[in-house]
Amino acid sequence: MSNRADTDFDVVVIGGGHAGVEAATAAARMGVRTALVSFVRDTIGAMSCNPAIGGLGKGHLVREVDAFDGLIARAADDAAIHYRMLNASKGAAVQGPRVQADRKLFKASIHRQVAATANLTVIEGEAAALCFDAGSDRRIAGLELADGSTIHAKAVILCTGTFLGGTLFRGEERLTGGRIGEASALKLAGQIRGAGLPMARLKTGTPPRLDGRTIDWAALEEQPSDDSGWTMSSMTAKRHVPQLFCAITRTNGDTHEIIRGGLDRSPLFGGAIQGQGPRYCPSIEDKIFRFGDRDGHQVFLEPEGLDSHLIYPNGISTSLPTDVQLSMVRSMKGLERVEMVVPGYAVEYDYIDPRALDRSLKVQGFKGLYCAGQINGTTGYEEAAAQGLVAGIGAASWILEREFPAIDRSNSYIAVMVDDLVLHGVTEPYRMLTARAEYRLRLRADNAGTRLTPIGIVAGVIGDARRQHYDSHASEKALLDRYLQQSASADQLIAAGINVKRDTGKLTMADWLRFPEVQLKDLLNVPRGTSLDDSTPAMWSDEVIAEVEQDGRYAPYVDRQAAELRDLAANERIAIPPTLDYRLIAGLSNEMVERLNASRPDTLAAASRIRGITPAALAAILVHAKRAQNADKQAA
Amino acid sequence: MNSKPETIFALSSGAPPAAIAVIRISGPKAFDAVCALAGELPEARRASLRTLRNSGGDILDQALLLCFPGPATATGEDLAELHLHGGRAVVRGVESALAGMAGLRRAEAGEFTRRAFANGRIDLNEAEGLADLLSAETEWQRRAAASMAGGAFTQQVEAWREALLRLAAMLEAELDFSDEDDVGEQEYLIISNGCVELHDAIADQLKFPPVEKLRDGLRVVLAGPPNSGKSTLLNALVAREAAIVSDIAGTTRDLIEVPVALEGIPFLFTDTAGLRDDSGDVVETIGIEKAERAIADADIVLWLGGEGEGPRHANLIEIEAKADVANHVRKVDAIVVSAKSGQGMLELIASLVSKGRNLLPPPDAFALNQRQRHLLRDTALYLSHASKAHDPLIIAEELRQARLALDALTGRAGTEDMLDALFGRFCIGK
Repeated sequence: MSNRADTDFDVVVIGGGHAGVEAATAAARMGVRTALVSFVRDTIGAMSCNPAIGGLGKGHLVREVDAFDGLIARAADDAAIHYRMLNASKGAAVQGPRVQADRKLFKASIHRQVAATANLTVIEGEAAALCFDAGSDRRIAGLELADGSTIHAKAVILCTGTFLGGTLFRGEERLTGGRIGEASALKLAGQIRGAGLPMARLKTGTPPRLDGRTIDWAALEEQPSDDSGWTMSSMTAKRHVPQLFCAITRTNGDTHEIIRGGLDRSPLFGGAIQGQGPRYCPSIEDKIFRFGDRDGHQVFLEPEGLDSHLIYPNGISTSLPTDVQLSMVRSMKGLERVEMVVPGYAVEYDYIDPRALDRSLKVQGFKGLYCAGQINGTTGYEEAAAQGLVAGIGAASWILEREFPAIDRSNSYIAVMVDDLVLHGVTEPYRMLTARAEYRLRLRADNAGTRLTPIGIVAGVIGDARRQHYDSHASEKALLDRYLQQSASADQLIAAGINVKRDTGKLTMADWLRFPEVQLKDLLNVPRGTSLDDSTPAMWSDEVIAEVEQDGRYAPYVDRQAAELRDLAANERIAIPPTLDYRLIAGLSNEMVERLNASRPDTLAAASRIRGITPAALAAILVHAKRAQNADKQAA
Repeated sequence: MNSKPETIFALSSGAPPAAIAVIRISGPKAFDAVCALAGELPEARRASLRTLRNSGGDILDQALLLCFPGPATATGEDLAELHLHGGRAVVRGVESALAGMAGLRRAEAGEFTRRAFANGRIDLNEAEGLADLLSAETEWQRRAAASMAGGAFTQQVEAWREALLRLAAMLEAELDFSDEDDVGEQEYLIISNGCVELHDAIADQLKFPPVEKLRDGLRVVLAGPPNSGKSTLLNALVAREAAIVSDIAGTTRDLIEVPVALEGIPFLFTDTAGLRDDSGDVVETIGIEKAERAIADADIVLWLGGEGEGPRHANLIEIEAKADVANHVRKVDAIVVSAKSGQGMLELIASLVSKGRNLLPPPDAFALNQRQRHLLRDTALYLSHASKAHDPLIIAEELRQARLALDALTGRAGTEDMLDALFGRFCIGK
């Protein structure tokens, strides 16, 4: 990281949250001159809401960003005070690695990694206005800061989170700003509104923060860190931060009475908040209102850090007045004498309808303008980080005149999210779920590197250390895969103590992995007759063994999807010109035209995923797309 | 749409029997297919009479061939037309010869037109026609999905789809929110039971005969050893000389099909080569194999052979034919028929009509076509897998496949619908 008074860059990233740092470092790793602009240098890498990274679906995103050599997984390991593999008892494809992260350690790690990134300059300042090319009001020329200075750049990536027109709500109180204590970027918001981009409002919330010294921990059920050695990043050799435990309490009838008594003072129910909140992350007043028959809801008490007394009560996001919040938390077991350090609040903010973006998160119709993170209607650090990575790679690829990497719904959660956003838009803050990924069986958190690092290498976004790590993992895996092509009989397995049916006959060792009772380590111990080469479990790393074993588990189901994926790939190759006028296509309903115009799908496959687009409509779009292409060819 | 499209074929004239049947073949292997059938490729754009043979060298038909090299063709690809004699057996023979060739498959509905679109063969002047075509296709989908009882089938599929989405949502909640509150292990039993219930409901629907039975007629196969009087009986039933009748055993070497309506019920009578294992005649042996296949596909079998020696079939009617030749006492119930005197014919027809009534879709139920039945069978199969699986990930994948199959019936799809079901019904989240 350099700090020279340079004002000439290729890419300027506005905002130093999870999206911003990934965008800036990804672009810089690809070798373009990048600036990261933040209000206050110190807030770069801040975790503004819950002190956790990962989770179901989200853990996949973290591993995928890591596979592209991003920062978030390494920072999570540097800060992890509690590791938990969610869904550990279920198939690997839905397991979600999650850590509690010490805020200070996380931020320090991000600062270290940003500082170690070549081609990246941090600029402290308030972004005031986008600058456009003199010849075109749609081509980015740079960024004007509040102090009047100008940064020149070919591309700007907006990673401004909830700062665009954010309003905080707590009971009858109203505050302007994205987070408590920071001014909102009103001027920039005004300019973006003026640029004619489709905008709407969403709502999110955060729970109160509690003083851990006033909690009766002994009365509560403990949740220890899990003791296996996995880490968030494949580059982290081993866990290195002391582990803390979390605890679980519950709301009860009294809690619910208190909340009901305060509903008339809640901005959510008084009509002050218009924006749609997330259905999967409802405020506690929403839960009580919608599911009043339940006798209680779990609340996880999560420590915010090794040297912090703050406890994050996960599950009671609220915008009730402060006095109601205090009575509410004190009605719960273990929290009878708790002190509230910061009360919870709701935030309503503007977002850009992500259907205005293309799959590199560039704003369609503009040259060099990108958006990533909460500004696109998503929620969560992981979703933000993944989008930052996409926009950073997108902007740098454009500047370097390279192809955008070949990510799609069949190879990454990142692409599933971007595809969902740019095709369907959002009606509530978008959160990653494994249910969103139709090819989930092949998208495991444990094979993110195998799936995506090669794509990252082609894109030029992978550093040397990661590349070496990947190469050695890939060659080891290839060797093991080849070894497993040898056959072994049921008798051989039974003789080695593996409980399989004798009449199964002879299968390749890879095929034996379809049976859940067959562990790869046991298989590698099967005594080798004349037909098998030598191999022992000790020859292979745990990571490779785990990954190959899981490859084998679902192989028949993964194979069954092949035809589906062929159709997808064929339709992905049919480009729809961005200028196609859907109104001219006979047979499309007004509703279809409206949706197609909002999303502007770039391929026939993308068009097919838009809701309500029928096979007949696709055929019509296809003809017109072909015709437009032929007309272009003739003109050229 | 694919960069290397498959070669497709379909009967593009009306349903046989007819004077002429036209089979179109389009795609990169169209001319290879013609060569394989006709032994050589006739001159382009010129009608040529050729003998078509299958891979075994059997003569299928004498046909008129037309070959159009792409891209200046209706589909924009190499295109061939086979003008055949319009009998069902001929059409089926050529179709199965084509289906057996590598890289060839039957076209899906509207696929020739799709290819014409895809290859830019529809010019600007035809843009108006496109709207008509679109509405026609929508109409086709509507008709395909709508029941004969006026939309009831669509409603039924919607109800199944709702049930399926509910099961999927319950499972996805278990997968995506198990770390959180409010989702319990007991859901698995509910899901598994729900899969069984839905499977059974769909399987019940599949028990009804397909709509093709109404359109093409119930297949009645006349079977029995050579010279047992099958052809004579057929002639009597259809009252014309459809089959060649001679006194030499083994005259009928191929299948002869005759459509007849008896008391308003459509039947398709098929005469088969005599069933006997010792035939040394190769052509006849092939005829016998066809006969065995025809019996397997039959709705009703009329058995003219020895008592109790007929093939196993749910609707077998034993016939004591040639009553006028030899009369003897039978142990197994049989209709004694004399084709020449007309004895027993009314009894036989009454028996066919009564069996036929039970085999046709009831007038108030919806009859499904092959495509619909195929998709429902898939749906039921995936549901059955799902009900037996233990790994929630596998159950979810089977349910996803079931949903794809069901969605293909109505032309809608989407994970978002499932998520809507999920969020609407559960209190999940922190």
